[in-house]
Amino acid sequence: MSDTSAATLPNGWEMVIGLEVHCELSTATKLFCGCPNQFGNEPNTNVCPVCLGLPGSLPVVNASAVEYAMRLGRALHCDVHRSVFARKNYFYPDMPKDYQVSQYDLPTNVEGWLELPDGSRVGIERAHIEEDTGKSTHVGGGGRIHEAGYSLVDYNRAGVPLVEIVGKPDLRTAEAARQYVSELRAIILAVDVSDAKMEEGSMRVDANVSVRRPGEPFGTRCEIKNLNSLRSLGRAIDYEARRQIDLLEAGERIIQQTRHWDEADGRTHTLRSKEEAEDYRYFAEPDLVPLDPTEADVAAIDASIPPLPADRRRALADAAGVEPAAAAMCVERDLDGLALVAIEAGAAPDRVLTHIDNNLAVDGADRLAPALFARLVGMETGGELTATQAKTVLADMVETGRSPEEIAAERGFEAMDTGALEGIVDELIAEHSDEWASFCDGNQKVAGFFVGAVMKATKGQADGKAVTALLRQKAEA
Amino acid sequence: MSAPISRDEVAHVANLARLQLTDDELDHFTDQLGAVLEHARDVAALDTSDVPPTAHPYELTNVLRPDEVRPTLDRDEVMAQAPASEDGMFRVPPVLGEAP
Repeated sequence: MSDTSAATLPNGWEMVIGLEVHCELSTATKLFCGCPNQFGNEPNTNVCPVCLGLPGSLPVVNASAVEYAMRLGRALHCDVHRSVFARKNYFYPDMPKDYQVSQYDLPTNVEGWLELPDGSRVGIERAHIEEDTGKSTHVGGGGRIHEAGYSLVDYNRAGVPLVEIVGKPDLRTAEAARQYVSELRAIILAVDVSDAKMEEGSMRVDANVSVRRPGEPFGTRCEIKNLNSLRSLGRAIDYEARRQIDLLEAGERIIQQTRHWDEADGRTHTLRSKEEAEDYRYFAEPDLVPLDPTEADVAAIDASIPPLPADRRRALADAAGVEPAAAAMCVERDLDGLALVAIEAGAAPDRVLTHIDNNLAVDGADRLAPALFARLVGMETGGELTATQAKTVLADMVETGRSPEEIAAERGFEAMDTGALEGIVDELIAEHSDEWASFCDGNQKVAGFFVGAVMKATKGQADGKAVTALLRQKAEA
Repeated sequence: MSAPISRDEVAHVANLARLQLTDDELDHFTDQLGAVLEHARDVAALDTSDVPPTAHPYELTNVLRPDEVRPTLDRDEVMAQAPASEDGMFRVPPVLGEAP
């Protein structure tokens, strides 16, 4: 259950969200045939009798697809089971066979969970293997799908291996849903089974949304499709929940249906009603035999899984003495290794995390030498550089790879000794006696004037905090 | 014992399979499917609680192939099989909504 449950809905309503995520596996070939699994080729060039569903052709399962699916399943803490492929029968030209091979009652991965940056867990019901469908382009009638004149179909994508990750209805806010998808994407990238790009469709998210009063049974849900970005996902969920609340408060009921998100008008639209009972007549695929991995197979998969984002957040948080959520940005930017080494070398953890969060969202940050980064932080906490100077030096380090000492010296960032600073302050006080009198009377606004003047006189080398402290000290003397 | 399958159920299944049946055909197939299901009832009468469900008649598992690219078909040859095509794609009647 997610903690990210800020009550944003009117009149005590609560939303319940469950996400279904399709992820295209980055294998060399399709799930059941040797056609290339490649995006962006000329239409219908990556096809063969198997993925065109020609009579007499037989599917054979791709070993890598099974391995990738299990790797993702284990990274989601699922149990891996004996699994059976099943035919999902329906009439739609995106599958030339008139059925899609999927898994039904015996999926490969079941009962897992995923951890959000705040430490809360979201349940995973299953993560099963299935084949992707072809791509239809709708022509005529203004290009809108429900007015199309005719459709053109490209089967290059038909048969590409997918894992569908079915999450439990544990999410309560659009923000938690966004975090879930971000985290899932980070895990998919960590185990290296897909490029997981929402914009290109290699990761596709459908959202089941319903509303209820807290503690009551789940309401009737609607499924939202066409969510091509995290932004769309958040907007669509918020819109859909409000639409349902408006209906219920007007005394109407929710009809279970599939709805299409329109990014342009910011609304969801009816696609088809599910009241005519989905009847896919699933049955075991007679052309394929079950998958039954041994314990040794699963152990080998487990051994191949690198540290996951949640583990990395915890490791950095422990080293830095902060909450895991505070380490989230470092892990997201893949700079937690840098942070850990710098902290181990003695750099102040809070400055390390702050620099990574605020100043290292730049290309090349991953090439920064941890030892040099640690020295920079040391110079800053030791008073040799101000925060502003440290930021400038850091940017230069990322750009040139030079040491912080060299850059600081070249830019003339040398620690102002207190004597020199005091001399400058005394001069300014003498030149601006009226302003000084006003400051001494308690007019804090004039403090900015003096700090600015000191900065100007020292070409930015003075530490603003030190100047303010010195001014106060002199005013009270 | 009730009839194994009703005429309405046969009509529903025919509709799902996109089959248009006449009234006579509906009666005919209701009888035929009923006979098949009668046989299934004989099997259902046996105690199979100790028998694991069969996924496939062969006792095989994990039949896999290496992830290696194989030759694909020539597109012109593929399109020549299609009732209609355009720009290297199959041309089909318009479809309402999206895929399930």
